[in-house]
Amino acid sequence: TVMAAPMTNDQSWFYALALGVSFLKCLLINAYHSTDFEVHRNWLALTHSLPVSQWYYEATSEWTLDYPPLFAWFEYGLSHIACFFDKEMLVVPNLNYASPATVLFQRLSVIVADVVFFYAVKECCKCLREDKGKDLLGKPSFILTVLLLWNFGLLIVDHIHFQYNGFLFGVLLLSIARHCQNRHFEGAFLFSVLLNLKHIYLYIAPAYGIYLLRCFCFTQSNADGSLQWRSFSVVRLVILGTIVLSTFAVSFGPFIALGQLPQVLSRLFPFKRGLCHAYWAPNIWALYNIADKAFSILGVKFRLLDINKLPKASMTGGLVQEFQHSVLPSVSPLATLVCTLLSILVNLPNSNIYTIFVILSLLQPALFKIWHRPNGARGFLRCLVICALGSFMFGWHVHEKAIMMAILPLSLLAVDSRKDAGIFLMLSVTSHYSLFPLLFTTQELPIKIFLMLLFTIFSLASLKTLFRKGGALLNPLEVTYLLGLIPLELICEFVYPLTVWQKTFPFLPLMLTSVYCALGVTYAFIRLYISLLTCSDTTKKTKMQ
Amino acid sequence: MENWSLFSLCVLLGLTSRWAVSFHSYSGAGKPPMFGDYEAQRHWQEVTYNLPVHEWYFNTTNNDLNYWGLDYPPLTAYHSLVCAYVAKLLNPEWVELHASRGYESHSHKLFMRATVLFTDILIYIPAVLLYCFYFCDGSSKQKVATALCILLYPGLILIDYGHFQYNSVSLGLALWGILGLGLGWDLFGSLAFTLALNYKQMELYHSLPFFCYLLGKCIKQGLIGRGFFQLAKISLTVLVTFALCWMPFLSDPKQPLQVLHRLFPFGRGLFEDKVANTWCSLNVLIKIKTLLSRETQLFLSFALTLLFILPSSLKLLSKPNLWQFKLALVNSSLAFFLFSFQVHEKSILLAAFMLPLLVKDGLLLPYVVTSLAFLFLSLYLLSHLTRTNEPLFWYFPFLVISVATFVWLEPPAKFPDLFPVLVSILSFLHFLGFIIYFNLVQLMEPQRKKSQKKTN
Repeated sequence: TVMAAPMTNDQSWFYALALGVSFLKCLLINAYHSTDFEVHRNWLALTHSLPVSQWYYEATSEWTLDYPPLFAWFEYGLSHIACFFDKEMLVVPNLNYASPATVLFQRLSVIVADVVFFYAVKECCKCLREDKGKDLLGKPSFILTVLLLWNFGLLIVDHIHFQYNGFLFGVLLLSIARHCQNRHFEGAFLFSVLLNLKHIYLYIAPAYGIYLLRCFCFTQSNADGSLQWRSFSVVRLVILGTIVLSTFAVSFGPFIALGQLPQVLSRLFPFKRGLCHAYWAPNIWALYNIADKAFSILGVKFRLLDINKLPKASMTGGLVQEFQHSVLPSVSPLATLVCTLLSILVNLPNSNIYTIFVILSLLQPALFKIWHRPNGARGFLRCLVICALGSFMFGWHVHEKAIMMAILPLSLLAVDSRKDAGIFLMLSVTSHYSLFPLLFTTQELPIKIFLMLLFTIFSLASLKTLFRKGGALLNPLEVTYLLGLIPLELICEFVYPLTVWQKTFPFLPLMLTSVYCALGVTYAFIRLYISLLTCSDTTKKTKMQ
Repeated sequence: MENWSLFSLCVLLGLTSRWAVSFHSYSGAGKPPMFGDYEAQRHWQEVTYNLPVHEWYFNTTNNDLNYWGLDYPPLTAYHSLVCAYVAKLLNPEWVELHASRGYESHSHKLFMRATVLFTDILIYIPAVLLYCFYFCDGSSKQKVATALCILLYPGLILIDYGHFQYNSVSLGLALWGILGLGLGWDLFGSLAFTLALNYKQMELYHSLPFFCYLLGKCIKQGLIGRGFFQLAKISLTVLVTFALCWMPFLSDPKQPLQVLHRLFPFGRGLFEDKVANTWCSLNVLIKIKTLLSRETQLFLSFALTLLFILPSSLKLLSKPNLWQFKLALVNSSLAFFLFSFQVHEKSILLAAFMLPLLVKDGLLLPYVVTSLAFLFLSLYLLSHLTRTNEPLFWYFPFLVISVATFVWLEPPAKFPDLFPVLVSILSFLHFLGFIIYFNLVQLMEPQRKKSQKKTN
């Protein structure tokens, strides 16, 4: 007998994947959780127990509120449900309170909040070019769904380490999807909401700003794609401005009224922190640090430098610190900001006139030149990824988790083009491996290895099948580099702890991991940069959006 | 996507769920003085490492059989010995004679869980992969789907990685035995199955089909010529394997007798706890446990088991092909489960009916998650890959979910055991239905096409 109402083959696989990953997340409820768990419990407590005027002043716990107000309201909403699980977690002085009910509630809140992410992924799939007649496993939308829903980074950062990135990236991806679907007002609104949920997304705000200004406020382009000044629409600009400003007003309004804005900003942007996090994110500064260390060692060895006169470079230990460099100039927050800005500005939508001189030139001429050839939603996405990656590479106090901001949007590009698929593979495998030190417990070791293999094998096999015409996705050098991660893992986690150096240089495996991954990330950044520069010719005839 | 990548994804998913379940509690955690199966396995490592072989199964001053005495065949003991050597390397405190009783620590738990994972990867998972690859019909997608369903089967995961046991070893070895027979490697198959039998005596449930299949095959090849030689080779393999496994115990006639006494504790009575078999269910109406003498009970259970096993075995003997063999396996294990002596609820390895046991171990969350996941996954794959959608399929999840809700309902004070007993009786009726159905299928062979494809 055949059922009267059959399950539509079209979408049921999506729900199967979503349900499956949710089951996996439920199984991980009892896994290790980091101090971020206590951070969020503390925020639940303080938003629930204290009046709004106290939220950004409260400092009983060392984990003070350092996300924007909308996230605080989100925690406030959660706290009302938390009442039903365990009232004790909402008591502020209950530091490090982690009863089973608390753990269950917090974990479930992350799992349920991921529904936003599911919806966003579904919307993103609609933006892809579909090939009818392909079997399910070869469909771009299927591959994208798995790459996003079962993303290794999200699984271990959100559901083991503990954070709410799934929810936040859901808002980001939904905003991107809305822009792809030409619903720009919604996209802008969603991005403003996102900025008020977690301000780290400011790094990609330039991409949004330039894209919306260039491609939305100027309603038309000339035949060759260049700017048509007369088509500027003031109405659109005003509406966009209103949306953004009113979102910020709703979010920050109460605190401005209370005169607390400076305090809130100081909590959100604590520049007193050091250049690198305790574990170095695999970015430019990791390479800078290692170069400094190398120079100082070599300098002393060859008697070029006097060891007593060198400022002590502190790189051991596990706390957030200022880094004094020994040989190379010490880096201040301002220097990093300038580097970041420069790297971003130069990478915005197509321009054919890049030289070293442009990189060093002033802001305005660079901005003017990059307005020439926008590439619609795809170009916007590419720009967004480069902004995210650029800020990861050069940013101040970057946490290795921030790489997710580049990987998730890059997945959208990866299922569309061969080149991007190759870059995605390099970047995702390297950066997922760089997340390994986040889970340092023995119990979680098999989980992170299994999940990493799961994601890597799937992404390699599915993207290879998708782009089987046209040769290999990765060249031999890249394959060698990625394979090199296996001996690196064996040395760092299996061999090194058994040696005598474990006691004297405990940071060495971390440093090795960070530096090795920094090479891969830098390489991917450069390739992405180059692909952006060289893809301009194919888009000369592209219609606007 | 290529086959190897799909299969490796299935394996990785299976491994991940296994290890994630292992995060949770184990049997007898933090419950002195007896603890549970976890402590039993640790204790066996202690006993086998510190005591000489001839003391393992005997009640001595150093070996108190009342505290988790060895009651599995010698291969389990050897396995424990190997684990004990590793344990000694890592932390001698884990297997200190007497001093390590009730030892519980996070690192020890990791070690024990790791031993289960290791044997699983070595024995069970390759067998499943090979089985799905060679012996499942259908497209490669269906084979992968079958592999995934088998690897995610909650019963085995929860008992091995939650409650704590090594069922994957005996099941894996038995599966290798089936694989051997299926590929025509009778000697290898007999060897594997004999090893399985020497690991857990529960594999006796599957022994009769193996015996009848091999015997039937030899008879078909002619008892005068090739068949006789084949029979001789198989018997020799089995006997030599047994001899090798029991070698340390053959020096003294008392030894094997004591071991058998430990393996088959007829002194313990017809059943313990609430088991979904005939005797427990019958006991609700007629108190046979107290009514009949122990000898009568033994005789009755033996007779009924034989009765229910005989038709299936004889059919297999006459028609020794793979399809008959598989059905006979099902029928034989069901018959043993329903009618034999001293059956434990774990024997059925069916998650739904082990719920009270798992709740006691603190494994409610993994139980719910793995069972629901397995149900949804298998139903989804089944309906999509076979393109049918029998309403009958939905009966099973409904059944499982209604069984599970019994956990939350409060039983009336007069009958505190009401719900577990009801669940047992309900399950028993289902199993009775299954055994009748599968016997009919095997005996009447409605699917001729399949049996022709699978003849050796």
